Amino acid sequence: MDLYEYQGKEFFSRYGVPTTQGRLAATVEEAKFYAKEVGFPCVLKAQVHVGGRGKAGGIKIVNDQIEASNAADAILGMTIKGHVVDRIWIEQATQIAKEYYCSFTLDRAERKYLLMLSASGGIDIEEVALTNPKAIIRRHIDPIHGVSEQILAQAVVDAGIDEKAQSQVVESLTKLYKAFVDGDADLVEVNPLVLDTAGKVKVLDAKVTLDDNAAFRHPEWESYFLTVELDHREKIAKELGLTYIGLTGSVGIIANGAGLAMATLDVVNQVGGEAANFLDLGGSASADTMVAALEVINDDDNVRSILVNIFGGIVRCDLVAQGICDALQRVKLKAPLVIRLDGTNADRAYEILRPLTSDALMIETTMLLAASRAVAAANEQRN
Amino acid sequence: MAIFVDENTKVIVQGLTGGQGRFHGLRNREYGTKIVAGVTPGKGGTDVDGIPVFDTVEEAVALTGATASFVSVPPRFAPNAIIEAAKAGISFVVCITEFIPTKDEAYFFNLLRDEYPGTRLLGPNCPGIISPGRCNIGITSGAIALAGGPVGIVSRSGTLTYQAIHELSQQGIGQTTCVGIGGDPVPGTTFIDCLAAFEADVETKAVLMIGEIGGSDEEKAAEYISEHVSKPVVAYIAGQTAPPGKKMGHAGAIISGSAGTAKAKMDALAAAGVYVAANPTAAGEIMVDIVKKLR
Repeated sequence: MDLYEYQGKEFFSRYGVPTTQGRLAATVEEAKFYAKEVGFPCVLKAQVHVGGRGKAGGIKIVNDQIEASNAADAILGMTIKGHVVDRIWIEQATQIAKEYYCSFTLDRAERKYLLMLSASGGIDIEEVALTNPKAIIRRHIDPIHGVSEQILAQAVVDAGIDEKAQSQVVESLTKLYKAFVDGDADLVEVNPLVLDTAGKVKVLDAKVTLDDNAAFRHPEWESYFLTVELDHREKIAKELGLTYIGLTGSVGIIANGAGLAMATLDVVNQVGGEAANFLDLGGSASADTMVAALEVINDDDNVRSILVNIFGGIVRCDLVAQGICDALQRVKLKAPLVIRLDGTNADRAYEILRPLTSDALMIETTMLLAASRAVAAANEQRN
Repeated sequence: MAIFVDENTKVIVQGLTGGQGRFHGLRNREYGTKIVAGVTPGKGGTDVDGIPVFDTVEEAVALTGATASFVSVPPRFAPNAIIEAAKAGISFVVCITEFIPTKDEAYFFNLLRDEYPGTRLLGPNCPGIISPGRCNIGITSGAIALAGGPVGIVSRSGTLTYQAIHELSQQGIGQTTCVGIGGDPVPGTTFIDCLAAFEADVETKAVLMIGEIGGSDEEKAAEYISEHVSKPVVAYIAGQTAPPGKKMGHAGAIISGSAGTAKAKMDALAAAGVYVAANPTAAGEIMVDIVKKLR
């Protein structure tokens, strides 16, 4: 789960990371009011889950209420890389002397945590990464032993952090690391970490991705889950407990297993179609799960055909077929269904389904044939 | 021959008294796997369908001589279960548990690597391992596998592994061992571990490898193959059409920025001399051709 900046700052403060205080506004009126409360000059920042909002005009410094109102009017409703801005974070403007960059993440290749630190932070950090990668230092951290102050003290020197900021940056990094580990974050990134003109180091931005699997030990994440951005299909799927990702094609996909679902997307693409979604039924593939899956897909206006691709290992195909039959009693499908089952008791599954076959329910025995049939059906429906 | 587990492997099931553990543990025994004990703290002295249950792994190992463990416990208990097995001297731990926090995985991976190098962890979030006709630990259906080799399978995906096993078996082509390494970001056993073991196994003549988007383990495997693997390798990478930034069902299956794409993995494998297939069916067909030529 990705956090918005304001949530990330709240998350940081739980772990003692000093962050800028501010207020959240959802309307121009609120922005005007809170800007005055925060005090001028202050900065209005669009809250979106993507980078590059500064360059897109989503961050504005204002000096009075009129400017605040104009800036809020411009920012609210603006689209940044496909995300519509509906909230603004307002905080006091900082007189920036230097901009640094830091992040903690997992280096999957090394199976260790990775600290990245640079004295060249700010909006061009991606450019820096490409043109001058040496300006970003990388230090691996053993998950068992953690990070020592000594390692961090050396890292800030190696990264070329200004001398007067070094001890403060070490302190910030120590706390950010604690937030990263104890807070079960997949990513903690601060860009920029600034040195202000008064000589104080501040966390000016917060990019945090939390590990959803750790939610069981973080009841305090409840409020973050409420703001997760999902399209309406994804919302329904989540309520029904399915692993679903909305895509833009016309062939609805239902498969069991993440790998098989991904492969189904690939095969549909290879026979000239495009998937409307990724949907992994998981291990059970019962009638209830099948009903839920069909309901979600049925609700998608882009769907012109539905491809069910099941491999039965321990999950027996005949039970899945029975589940499909039950599901069809409960859900009235808008698009034709192509079913392919393979593995344990596949023969019996086809015996169950064969009497039901029609233009609206087709069966195929291989993935490629089923995908071709589903793509053809989708194209026919469109014409 | 087979890799990692065979007919002599004695297995305990941590979590045998739970719903999943019982279901799969008994199935594994039915397949012929030597399931010698279960472990559930507080349930020592009971039994599950005649399989004795102990309170600790240490006790179970001392009294049964088990060398492998099948961990089937909920995510919050899995890290301690794995570490307990390693401490008790278990040399092969299979953990099927899904949804373990990444921090926990990174912790026990490094702990095992540093302090218990004699313990190999398979998983978490994996279907397990089957050496057909000899040993089945995990959730793979034994009925679809065919004993006798000559193909070894290593895969990040469960259902795609089953699909591959099934397609080969239907063509009369057996498998030496099928290893599901799992779809999490920090897998205990990697492609390289399995490729090295298959290369050393005389009965394995060719390897089918199923990867997916996310991370760089397939690229590392490609490098390893070009230097160390003489046997033919066929690969399929799932997620060629996956959008970036989305976790495709598996916690580890995510394209981050421009890293971890299927294309980069396929290119690296092709450059290493691997037969790279566009889809699972094609991978099966290529493998059938290779095996027929071997005969």
